[in-house]
Amino acid sequence: MKYSPQDFKNDQEVKWCPGCGNYAVLASVQRALPDVCDVLNYARERFVFVSGIGCASRFPYYVNTYGFHGIHGRASAIATGVKVANPSLSVWQVTGDGDALAIGGNHFIHAIRRNIDINIILFNNQIYGLTKGQYSPTSKLGKVTKTSPFGTVEHPFNPGEVVLGARGTFFARSLDVELKLTTEIMVESAKHDGTAVTEILQNCVIFNDGTHAEITDREVRADRTIVLKHGEPMIFGKDRRKGLMLDGLKLKIVTIGDGGITENDILVHDAHEPNPGVHMMLINMQAPDYPVALGVIRAVSDHTYDDNVRDQVAEVQRKATIRNVHDLLHSGVTWKVK
Amino acid sequence: MHKLIDTPDVVIRFSGDSGDGMQLTGTLFADASALMGNDISTFPDFPAEIRAPQGSISGVSGFQVHIGNHKINTPGDFCDVLVAMNPAALRANVHWLKPTSTVILDADTFDERGLKRAGLQTDDIIKELGIEDRNIIFAPITSLTKESLKDSEMDPKLIVRNKNMFALGICYFLFNRSLEHTEKYFKMKFRKKPQFIESNKKVLRDGYNYASNIHAIQNTYVVKPATDLPKGIYRNINGNQAVAWGLIAASEKSGRPLFCGSYPITPATSILEELALRKDLGVKTLQCEDEIAGICTAIGAAFAGNLAVTATSGPGFSLKSEALGLAMITELPLVVVDVQRSGPSTGIPTKTEQADLMQALYGRNGECPIAVMAAHSPSHCFDAAFWAAKLAMEHMMPIILLSEGFVGNGSEPWKIPDVAAYPEIRPPVVAEGDTRYKPFIRDKKRMARRWALAGTPGVEHRLGGLEKNNNGQVSNDPLVHEHMVRERAEKVARVADFIPEQQVIGKDHGDILLVGWGGTFGHLYTALETLQELRINVSLAHFDYINPLPKNTAKIFGKFKKILVCELNSGQFAGYLRMQHQQFTYHQYNKIQGQPFTIEEIVRAVQQLHNPTPQQ
Repeated sequence: MKYSPQDFKNDQEVKWCPGCGNYAVLASVQRALPDVCDVLNYARERFVFVSGIGCASRFPYYVNTYGFHGIHGRASAIATGVKVANPSLSVWQVTGDGDALAIGGNHFIHAIRRNIDINIILFNNQIYGLTKGQYSPTSKLGKVTKTSPFGTVEHPFNPGEVVLGARGTFFARSLDVELKLTTEIMVESAKHDGTAVTEILQNCVIFNDGTHAEITDREVRADRTIVLKHGEPMIFGKDRRKGLMLDGLKLKIVTIGDGGITENDILVHDAHEPNPGVHMMLINMQAPDYPVALGVIRAVSDHTYDDNVRDQVAEVQRKATIRNVHDLLHSGVTWKVK
Repeated sequence: MHKLIDTPDVVIRFSGDSGDGMQLTGTLFADASALMGNDISTFPDFPAEIRAPQGSISGVSGFQVHIGNHKINTPGDFCDVLVAMNPAALRANVHWLKPTSTVILDADTFDERGLKRAGLQTDDIIKELGIEDRNIIFAPITSLTKESLKDSEMDPKLIVRNKNMFALGICYFLFNRSLEHTEKYFKMKFRKKPQFIESNKKVLRDGYNYASNIHAIQNTYVVKPATDLPKGIYRNINGNQAVAWGLIAASEKSGRPLFCGSYPITPATSILEELALRKDLGVKTLQCEDEIAGICTAIGAAFAGNLAVTATSGPGFSLKSEALGLAMITELPLVVVDVQRSGPSTGIPTKTEQADLMQALYGRNGECPIAVMAAHSPSHCFDAAFWAAKLAMEHMMPIILLSEGFVGNGSEPWKIPDVAAYPEIRPPVVAEGDTRYKPFIRDKKRMARRWALAGTPGVEHRLGGLEKNNNGQVSNDPLVHEHMVRERAEKVARVADFIPEQQVIGKDHGDILLVGWGGTFGHLYTALETLQELRINVSLAHFDYINPLPKNTAKIFGKFKKILVCELNSGQFAGYLRMQHQQFTYHQYNKIQGQPFTIEEIVRAVQQLHNPTPQQ
């Protein structure tokens, strides 16, 4: 069946604040799902959207698929249960920086470690929105919020680093305003076997307006971001003259044409490289010194939890002598009372 | 020549350091006895430390087994034979001796060092402990074990570890047990290390022969096969294993695959271990990163159509509270097994208690009634788990099954039931493309909503922790909230229409009604028999269904002059009964020592209530 984005919308009134970045992400996902269905031959009932608590976590109510709005921080665990129970489902977790990285940090890293085949969309607005403006584990050091009136004294997480630290096989990044890129990434995420995490730098108009402005503003976006594509040179900038090269163990920005540098000298993105070294450097690039890396930064093939479970069950069942509960109850030592 | 004494039942307690292998020794004795046709009941009583300091009181591990030629309902209060592998074990268990007990000691450990480690003051332990009149057998078990294996090429340290088999051999002689089953066990256990088969067999036999040659043993005992057991095929089963198997049976009957998400915790862990073994039957287990993930993965699995389970003990149960509320408001089937242990907090992790009852009933935010059941013996865990799963799926709700350390770890022979005779389980699964499906529209009888399994075409819907109306839409409407709260409560209350009436053991009216729940059943039942012999007019109502209570509860209570609620906590069930049926007066007998009741304690409590000591 051919789907359109309309098939993934429902009659629920969307209740995010006007101007919230989440609207754009919702639209991107609703555009991506028909493509996912095309590419992977899925039907709508195979999608399950699972969330925790927070603004982003209302997301499942607005997608016309199976949805489960859980409790704070536990979406990864719920999504894991859905996937293990029925591996044919396409499971999507929608979560925020507080939900995934504070209260749900444990479940988040263990889902990634297991490499269970779920898709995690992490909305990172660097603030607690639903509780009205407290700092989050991704708020910048010194950020003044209601619970840090004199500025935070904590170092923030960089979500991509956490993902790689947990041995993640897929990490991508997009901006809420980049609908097309987000849509493309969603399809790539669905195609990836294993836990696929996509961080979306998202704006909270009410409590953290402009937190990503330094990279998302139209005038600077082309120079302060780089969209990575597997197999293509890492070129960016308004006039596409800037590029990335390796300088020893660091990345450096070069200008094509300066000092004899040509496009051929520019580092080619290899998302499939198992060694996370370069991926980690790309993930850690921060404005204004570096462009912020967008696109699929890492997509490495490895055994998934689901596959391993399936193989193990098949292997055990091949040799099994116990085939039902009756066999089980009569297995081992028994005796007769006459 | 030894005199052979026929005895109806006997209690043996094996005790030693936690590394001495006493749990295995006791289990082998119990298994051999069961195979010889005895009824048995066992009570593993071990410390939380895997290896506490050698020879210390805190490191003493015990395993009590009660065997009989008739139905055995408890592991026994006091022991006829105590095996103590060191002075600490003797000192820790001396209060479990009867005046007529035989005590078998490893003489080699009763040196100055051993006595000191056990905290004894003098060098005459027997006198110091006041047990001069018992039949004490000082057997040099360690040195005889070394002697037994001196020609083997085993490491001397390994040799000494066989001493539990020497002690077991002595007991086998004393109780005329066949060595056959235990030798078979060695063959199976050590099939990859055949040298250990011979060494264990040799030490066991040498222990047996040693016992036959010493003068300290004048009588041996025979406990004939039990004659009052129903005919059939039997096996041994422990409570946690029975929970796992009952759930698997429910999965087979319902056609819903079984998923268990859990985190290891004493004394519930072996439920997860047992389920993890059963990939042959398609059971899925996930050892989670924590207790919360245990229940949350299970909730996810329930949404996707599995029979979902999580097993835990008190501290883990606390962590699951919030998610239990989620399961309740989303009205998904879920079985939560709480194998209770001594609390609060970490408490005494390896000791038994019944103190999570209030938590099971009320420990959640908001109006959140949840059905609660209890298992009353190791083998009853099978039926209890089966029925818990049946109720959860057919009524579309989470259910809490309370077990306890004493039940979960204890074992007994079990007449293998005919699974085919168990009832079908019919969860209200929604068919493909049912256009009328709304998530919270209920059936009239059970008030159960229907289960649209994620992945079913045409019935896509959204569930979650936010309040919703019957159509499944998020709603903050005050009246909708009140309506839904009442409907969910009514659904749980309606379970009373689908559970058996409460049974009374003994006459249905009289002077005193003993009331209990959970793992105290064996003790209360045995106490009842004793009391009836003493011509006290007493009956027993032991509750498996706690929320809701069986419908005839008040009717039963009304027919007795006094009600005595006995439980291993400070009075939680009594308090609950006061709320549910306030017209009655509830007397209490409570014990909070991390130990099961003794029959003697119950008998005394009833006698006291029956014939109170006059006030001076």
